[in-house]
Amino acid sequence: MNTPQQITPDQHAPEPSEPLEPALELSGLRRDYVVRAPVPGSRRRRRQVVRAVDDISLSIRPGEAVGFVGANGAGKSTTIKMMTGILTPTGGSLRVLGREPVAERKQLAREIGVVFGQRSQLWWDLPLRDSYTILGAMHRLTDRQRDARLERLVDGLDLGAFLGRPVRQLSLGQRMRGEVAAALLHSPQLVVLDEPTIGLDMVSKEGLRRFLREDRAERGTTLFLTTHDMNDVERLCDRIVVVNSGTVAYDGPLDSFRAHLGAPRELVVDLAEPAAALSLPGSAETAAVEADGIRHRIRFSGAELTVPALLSAIGAQVEVRDLSLTEPAIEDLVREIYGRSGLA
Amino acid sequence: MPTYWSIASASFRQYSTYRMATAAGVFTNTIFGFIRASILFAAITTAGGELSGYTIAQAATYVWLGQALLAPIEAFGTREVSQRVHQGEVAVDLLRPASFLGLYYAQKLGRSAFLLLGRGIPPLVIGALVTGLALPEDPLSYLLGAFSLLAAITLAFLADMMVNLAAFWLIETRGLTVVYTAVMNLLSGFLIPILWFPDWLLGIARATPFPSMIQTPIDTLSGRITPLEALPLLGVQAGWVLVLAVAAHLMLRLGVRSMEVQGG
Amino acid sequence: MAENSRPRSSAPSDPSTPSRRSDPSDRPVSTARMVWTLYASRIRSQASFRTSFVSDSLGQVLIVGTEFLELWVILSQVSTLGGMTLPQVAVVYGLGALAFGIGDMLFGEIDGLSSYIKSGRLETLLIRPVPLLLQISSLDLSLRRIGRIVVGLAMYVTALGIAGFQPTPMLLMLAVLAPLAGAVLFGALFTMAGALQFWLVDGREFANAFTYGGNYVATTPGAVFALPMRAFFTFVIPATLIAYAPTLVLLDLPGPALIPSWAGWLGLPAAVLVWIVAGLLWRSGVRRYTGAGG
Repeated sequence: MNTPQQITPDQHAPEPSEPLEPALELSGLRRDYVVRAPVPGSRRRRRQVVRAVDDISLSIRPGEAVGFVGANGAGKSTTIKMMTGILTPTGGSLRVLGREPVAERKQLAREIGVVFGQRSQLWWDLPLRDSYTILGAMHRLTDRQRDARLERLVDGLDLGAFLGRPVRQLSLGQRMRGEVAAALLHSPQLVVLDEPTIGLDMVSKEGLRRFLREDRAERGTTLFLTTHDMNDVERLCDRIVVVNSGTVAYDGPLDSFRAHLGAPRELVVDLAEPAAALSLPGSAETAAVEADGIRHRIRFSGAELTVPALLSAIGAQVEVRDLSLTEPAIEDLVREIYGRSGLA
Repeated sequence: MPTYWSIASASFRQYSTYRMATAAGVFTNTIFGFIRASILFAAITTAGGELSGYTIAQAATYVWLGQALLAPIEAFGTREVSQRVHQGEVAVDLLRPASFLGLYYAQKLGRSAFLLLGRGIPPLVIGALVTGLALPEDPLSYLLGAFSLLAAITLAFLADMMVNLAAFWLIETRGLTVVYTAVMNLLSGFLIPILWFPDWLLGIARATPFPSMIQTPIDTLSGRITPLEALPLLGVQAGWVLVLAVAAHLMLRLGVRSMEVQGG
Repeated sequence: MAENSRPRSSAPSDPSTPSRRSDPSDRPVSTARMVWTLYASRIRSQASFRTSFVSDSLGQVLIVGTEFLELWVILSQVSTLGGMTLPQVAVVYGLGALAFGIGDMLFGEIDGLSSYIKSGRLETLLIRPVPLLLQISSLDLSLRRIGRIVVGLAMYVTALGIAGFQPTPMLLMLAVLAPLAGAVLFGALFTMAGALQFWLVDGREFANAFTYGGNYVATTPGAVFALPMRAFFTFVIPATLIAYAPTLVLLDLPGPALIPSWAGWLGLPAAVLVWIVAGLLWRSGVRRYTGAGG
């Protein structure tokens, strides 16, 4: 996995272009909340300590793209709040781009870009373009820097058609693209995306992912992403971290994650003529035959077999009238992880 | 009837859970009471101990009862119904198998009952301890005062509802709420007793339902007027309840019709 | 640490060639221009709702009118209130309303901080490299308060004339300075009221006692208050120093116990003091928020 790289921080830098310090370093990170829970059958409330994050350790190299996944309440948002300096850790330590997030919150804000998928950062009543003027001023960009960067963002995220429209009139897909542009305007070294594709349709999701890949390829930024959509992780990340109950349940490259997990995707085909179980390539297997042989449910691993390959194998045997593909829900994957590590 | 009762009691319980807000309201109500009392006391002292029928003790009673009634009357207006009209949610309310105005009135009574006990009484007690109160001699005053208070809350509910229902025709009702609040604060006799008004302003005030919302219940409860003098004023209150109830009902019907015509 | 001190590597213009430093489009945004951009954007977004702006401003005028009518009615019954005649009271009222109007316009919505906390919007403000207070102030600048400012100013100037103001250079300076110092002081009170909500999320109304209560006191002749209250509103919440004390100086009137007329010059120092307290309170409020979480 990630070998710590700060053995000799300042003495023998091998190449000046290779930064020695991790972009993100979390060690033994912990966060407790004190809540007042109502006591059943009484009007009184009792103080209760809830541990949202319990001992998370992670080291992320500059330029890495990490998917941070887990069920609701696993501690993802709390971790992001601590990384961005909104929340002080109860225990452990973290450094983001070499900074102490809470103490250096405002300096850090110039170097990271954050998208909160469910909270707008744009100016609601103003044309979208104005949000970038204001953010450019807040980040103290020169006009030239801002205009050049904005041109790239407008181009890559296809914002041109609605730059002049008030944000409140934008569709969700348009607004999300606008949000991402807002987070990237100051060319941050670290990009933190909290559920960036939530509620978007397939086309918008794909457009957003394409641009995020391009931008990262151009600028070599570090990406930290939480999502419920496994496709986000597959398309954007090379490393996946699964959290459960505030601890790291899995941390490793995406490839071995898939191999680790077997075949969670499901293809449903409706045939023109009834047929018995088909012969399938690789480890793909028929999970069920329904509707008197018309509907076949086939499980396969996305890592070893593409959908077109599978379809052509099926098409060689029978005529397919209709099909649908069930993506593996992140919850299923995570549940499997939890099951294996005995955490469930 | 059981529906309305359960709505009223649910509303009461809901408000009783906002404990911090209640404490804040009591604190602020009390501070404002002291400021208002100071101004009136200064005027009465300058006038030689009595001003248009008000002594220091009566002015104190007037101020603290006014502060106590402010919360249940909700003199600063509500915005829930107008927002529901604008968002089209009012159609859902109208589908319920109970009267629209009845449902909101039940809610208002439950809420007002809590606001009176939780926010109204504490400043009254503090005021009584610090400045003293003039209390009625005739026990009948309390009974009539209770009726007068109920009528006042009903009137305030109806008038506020009419302001809210204007949302059927206006895109934005905040300006109207502000105007209503300003006029009601002055003409109801909340800021200063209407008897202190110059004649022309007193005439205007008496032609409106506003004095029935604050001045009348305060005068009745404080015993500044005898039960016999209070009776005709209670009659005036009842008359206004009738007028405003009919008006609010008409507004609702016209509003619903205009909503149906425009389809939304 | 070399990584952090390096300029943003991918910034479009190359920082190693500062030859065209004179070109304004190569200059980073100055603080003044950043602040102006923030407020100007808010003004533009309010201008897009013209109808409600007009009705809201008129509503403000009406509120000011009824507030003053209260004092006017009393003074139609008695000759003086707190030792002041109607024109003198009108100076106090106009000056107080003017100061409150300006403070309210710039900082009046900070006491709505709890809604930022509850909706989670505060978090989106915290990840920007600009002080929170500046962001909230500019986001909530409310132009409709201009109604109060206009009426307050008109009343202040007119009443000064009627009440027999004898201008000297020093007094003229005080006449101009007093509403501004008062506005600064109200701004500090609003900020304190907002900061309190980091601790008392549902306690917005507590704040009203200091802000709107402060306005009520400021627009009233200070002599009407019994000594304990007068002391509280002079030394703790210095509301009487906003309009009443300066009016004593401007009109050459004697002051009551605890408020000598030279206290009229104390508005600005008091405003600075209250801002120091407000700033400390705000900072520890933000610290509490980042410590305790939403």
